[in-house]
Amino acid sequence: MPTHSLFWTRHETALSVVVLLLLVGVNLKSPGFAGPGNLVELLNDTSILVILGLGQMAVILTRGIDLSVAANLALTGMVVAMINSVAPGVPLAVLLVLAVAIGFALGAVNGLLVGKVGVPAIVVTLGTMAIYRGMIFLISGGEWINAHEMSDSFVGFPREKVLRLPILSWFAVLLLILMFVLIILTRLGRNFYAVGGSPHAAVYAGIDVGKTQFWAFSISGAFAGLCGYLWVSRFAVAYVDVARGFELEVIAACVIGGVSIAGGVGTVPGVVLGALFLGTVKNALPVIGISPFWQMAVAGSAILIAVIIHAHSQKTQGRIILKEARTVQ
Amino acid sequence: MMPPMSKNLPKSFDSPVLCVQGISKTFPGVKALNSIDFSLYPGTVTALVGENGAGKSTLVKVLTGVYQPDAGGNILLDGKTVQIPNAHKAALAGIAAIHQETVLFDDLSVAENVFLGHQPRNAIGLLDWNAIRSGADAVLAQIGADINPDSRLRDLSIGQRHMVAIARALSVDARIVIMDEPTASLSHKEVEDLYAIVKRLKEDGKSILFISHKFEDVYAVADRYTVLRDGEISGNGEIADVTRDDLIQMMIGRTVDQVFPKEDVEIGDTVLNVEEFTHPTEFADISFDLKQGEILGFYGLVGSGRSEMMQALFGISNFHSGRLALDGKECLIKHPEDAIEAGLVYIPEERAIQGAILPMPITQNIGLASLGKTTRCGLLDATKEFQVARHYSERLDIRAASLSQLVETLSGGNQQKVVIGKWLATEPKVLILDEPTKGIDIGSKSPVHAFMSELAGERLGLIMVSSDLPEVIGMSDRVIVMREGRMAGEFSGDDLRPDLLVRAATGNQEV
Repeated sequence: MPTHSLFWTRHETALSVVVLLLLVGVNLKSPGFAGPGNLVELLNDTSILVILGLGQMAVILTRGIDLSVAANLALTGMVVAMINSVAPGVPLAVLLVLAVAIGFALGAVNGLLVGKVGVPAIVVTLGTMAIYRGMIFLISGGEWINAHEMSDSFVGFPREKVLRLPILSWFAVLLLILMFVLIILTRLGRNFYAVGGSPHAAVYAGIDVGKTQFWAFSISGAFAGLCGYLWVSRFAVAYVDVARGFELEVIAACVIGGVSIAGGVGTVPGVVLGALFLGTVKNALPVIGISPFWQMAVAGSAILIAVIIHAHSQKTQGRIILKEARTVQ
Repeated sequence: MMPPMSKNLPKSFDSPVLCVQGISKTFPGVKALNSIDFSLYPGTVTALVGENGAGKSTLVKVLTGVYQPDAGGNILLDGKTVQIPNAHKAALAGIAAIHQETVLFDDLSVAENVFLGHQPRNAIGLLDWNAIRSGADAVLAQIGADINPDSRLRDLSIGQRHMVAIARALSVDARIVIMDEPTASLSHKEVEDLYAIVKRLKEDGKSILFISHKFEDVYAVADRYTVLRDGEISGNGEIADVTRDDLIQMMIGRTVDQVFPKEDVEIGDTVLNVEEFTHPTEFADISFDLKQGEILGFYGLVGSGRSEMMQALFGISNFHSGRLALDGKECLIKHPEDAIEAGLVYIPEERAIQGAILPMPITQNIGLASLGKTTRCGLLDATKEFQVARHYSERLDIRAASLSQLVETLSGGNQQKVVIGKWLATEPKVLILDEPTKGIDIGSKSPVHAFMSELAGERLGLIMVSSDLPEVIGMSDRVIVMREGRMAGEFSGDDLRPDLLVRAATGNQEV
């Protein structure tokens, strides 16, 4: 196993304590909140955020940002929903593969523009975000696809339960493991850290920075594509504005989870905990009678606190030049 | 192939592993390497010596695929021409380098730093962490470094980082190991360990290119030497055949008769007084005076703490103790704003990073530090800002199509003038110039020098940090040499001699 700091740091410990305290606290006010049934519900509710957060993490690790994930999700979701409504006979497995493939392709566009052409990620994904949204309108003509136009299996699949957990949640678990392996056990995963931590040093280490960025965006895109199907089937509706603004929640989950926006720092468990934190807050506020509008404020404060704590712990020290200073080490 | 320079060569010198023929490297405005020829032999340590800026690091970057040489030259490996388009290819060809600026990853573990880019993998292509860990352990043990492979690089000292960098180079099965100033920031014990490592590598038959400007290093490890001066080879051969004086002569070459338009200026009263400046890790016990009209040079090796000390004076880091007085009045400088207010200004070395705002026009760059003077009732007076910019750009003779031209489109020398103009506009008493002519072409150097003389004539006190020996000697009234964060000597008048300065900077008593 790798060094433990690759997947668990003080940040993850602190964040899990916060999430636990939150659950226990809300449970005091509203018994049953932390019961098994509700926890499964909460996990299921947060699954899409977890998956998108894991993809986004890859991008942010390389010093990028992917603002187009929600638009990618909506476009891919619309495509598979339209296919399902026109040709209900197409097997679900084909649709799933198609969703991932479309998402990957949309992400690869970002990856090419950032990694090969060299346009800053925020500009590229701001552009593709608008383009992908526009494309939904073009292919759907602004029409909605509703539950009755979707096949039963299309809508029902994510809800089916295996070992008491819905398939939707299993997707999150599966991708969590996949991402964990990618990050810890492959060169590509480690290159994400190198490229974001020090692009300059990465060149010296013989790492292709552009290619690494390309793969980060493509992975983020593929995850978004999968979530496209999961989202439209879960809510049984597809339209232009699906998941509008959700990219910010995804980035928030990453930042709260300890992924440094400056690149090179972040862990898979951190992102999952960041997403769970947001999911818990979202679910808890109505339960304890606080307006959901507060959710934004709480999420915002959590981001700021996370970033401030992080910045504080990284305060720069001087260089070591004096002989005495060296021997102290 | 290069003709042998000395007689009675041992057999191995007949067949070089690496042979560089006619390699040049041109940067905009600067020819960093000019038709370099040299060879590396198996089981041999070749020392590459030269002043700062002689082109040593550029040569290393060409050999490791970070820079591409100009067309026309050849790099031969085992007699066959090779291309080295990137660092990965260099590693595959068996060339490993330990760079001067340790290019490592702060947030990754030691083991990862050692193997990044060439991690061992298992049968199905996943990283083999056990092999990475034990491999790092083994290679660290091989060089006698007691470092936990699991610790994060950020938590290591500079010396330990160097050990990691060496381990990294050794983890690639390299035939050619390039060490760029490996001892620059190591303690005495660590240097001894390093010599032992070099000897072991040599016994293994590796070719080692050892870059250093410390003669003790050169004489301790090297079999052969190559001297670079101003991007050209100024001598090579066997180390046994040369004395230190010969090497210094080859390094410095020219007598210091270049045109430095230093005018004799009447030295006035003390304008800056620094006492007992001390930082926990960067520098200690720095005390000096600076007089009006004086140019005080600070010489030393890269990493000797000169820039760090100047930045502390300017209030960039305030983690230090000591007193500072301007015009006899003690000032407390906690922030660059305080320093500018008090009349002390620092022009940093890295123009692009610390000096000019590149994507901004000349006018706004010059006006940036004196907005207080060009702002009325909280509103910027653009006309006044323009007048200030025009005044200083004319004085500095900035060559640009118009003052609204972006600084990034100017040549290096003109960029430097913009930065100087910005600080002059604040009307300072003391101006600190950190490597004022580093990386700019010869033609642009003398206007900067002329201007320094002119400023001194206007009774400013000037401090010049420079690693350029002729520049330091040609321009300074007085030179303070720093070594390892401390003052290692003060020279003026007839004592301003290259050999004395180099000796003080390297701590070498028997040059």
